[in-house]
Amino acid sequence: MNMMTHQQALEVLAAHRGERIVITTMGSVGIWPKLSDSPLDFHYMPSAMGEGSALGLGLALAQPQRGVIVVNGEGCMLMNLGNLVTIASTSANLFLIIIDNGLYEVTGGQPTAAAGHADFSGIAKAAGIERTYSFAELDDWKNRAAEALGGKGPVVITLKVEGRLGQKTPKPPRTMAEQIARLAAAIRS
Amino acid sequence: MSAPTGIDGPSLVAALKDCGITHVIWIPDSHLGKWDADLSNAPSIDLVRACREGEAIGIAAGLILGGKKPIVLMQCTGFFEAGDALRNVVHDLHLPLFLVVGVRSYYDYQCRRTQDTCPRFTEPIVRAWEIPYEVFERDRTADDLAASYRQSQASNQPKIILLAE
Repeated sequence: MNMMTHQQALEVLAAHRGERIVITTMGSVGIWPKLSDSPLDFHYMPSAMGEGSALGLGLALAQPQRGVIVVNGEGCMLMNLGNLVTIASTSANLFLIIIDNGLYEVTGGQPTAAAGHADFSGIAKAAGIERTYSFAELDDWKNRAAEALGGKGPVVITLKVEGRLGQKTPKPPRTMAEQIARLAAAIRS
Repeated sequence: MSAPTGIDGPSLVAALKDCGITHVIWIPDSHLGKWDADLSNAPSIDLVRACREGEAIGIAAGLILGGKKPIVLMQCTGFFEAGDALRNVVHDLHLPLFLVVGVRSYYDYQCRRTQDTCPRFTEPIVRAWEIPYEVFERDRTADDLAASYRQSQASNQPKIILLAE
């Protein structure tokens, strides 16, 4: 089986994001700006460890009509697994994408504790989130992305991708202050 | 167990409604937990039950970014855990986060009747994070809490209320 790359996985997401807010974390911050420059893009960097999904939950609760997609890494998710339970206790219009490459990409490629055995969508399902998906092959993700990203959240989608070595911490295209002002204006419009 | 402050559930809810608070994100302790029924039944306030205190701060940050007016309630033990989220939301995102933090064993510590280290470290840690704060002892009311909230939001500054327990 040929695993999809991180960029391939996000290209499919970009084609289906609609008018939703997209929050990226860690490795995805370096890829998403090549695919999108929407005012509804928010690169959560600098961040607090593992809080991207929590921030997305709050934004989704505040903006239920618009919806929010969080592109999280599995290393980030491991730091806040309880957030899956909190998400399940709400009706937040949140789509949580977990990019699972099995390693900490920007710290030198060390394996995570979950590498090779943890099923994040299974954990999400057990936490009480009814709609969960997991894709490891690009064609499968392409064919079912419209279904997985359709309707209302909460939804959790795990995308298993190739790990990349030699990555540095990415830099978002705008400062945090600029991003917040841009997002706030887009939400108001 | 005596009430920690002059703030009971109905007066708290009335004050929060008066301030336009839309969401309360909390992880209760045994004192704050007495407000559960009133917060749960307040029609204009959504109560979000988080699993961890840093997570609660992250949720509040998202709500503020989305145009809502949340406050976060937690005990000092959880506040200690939440440092990275607090640092990020207050000092990187510059959001006017408003926290109410129950200080376990505060009164016993004043009288040297406890070995609990929570009250020893709470205020020094709040000062280390460079966040404005007030200690609310029993004479403080829900109206005082509302006034503190309004002041912090008017100046777009974060604020922590340390609720003596």
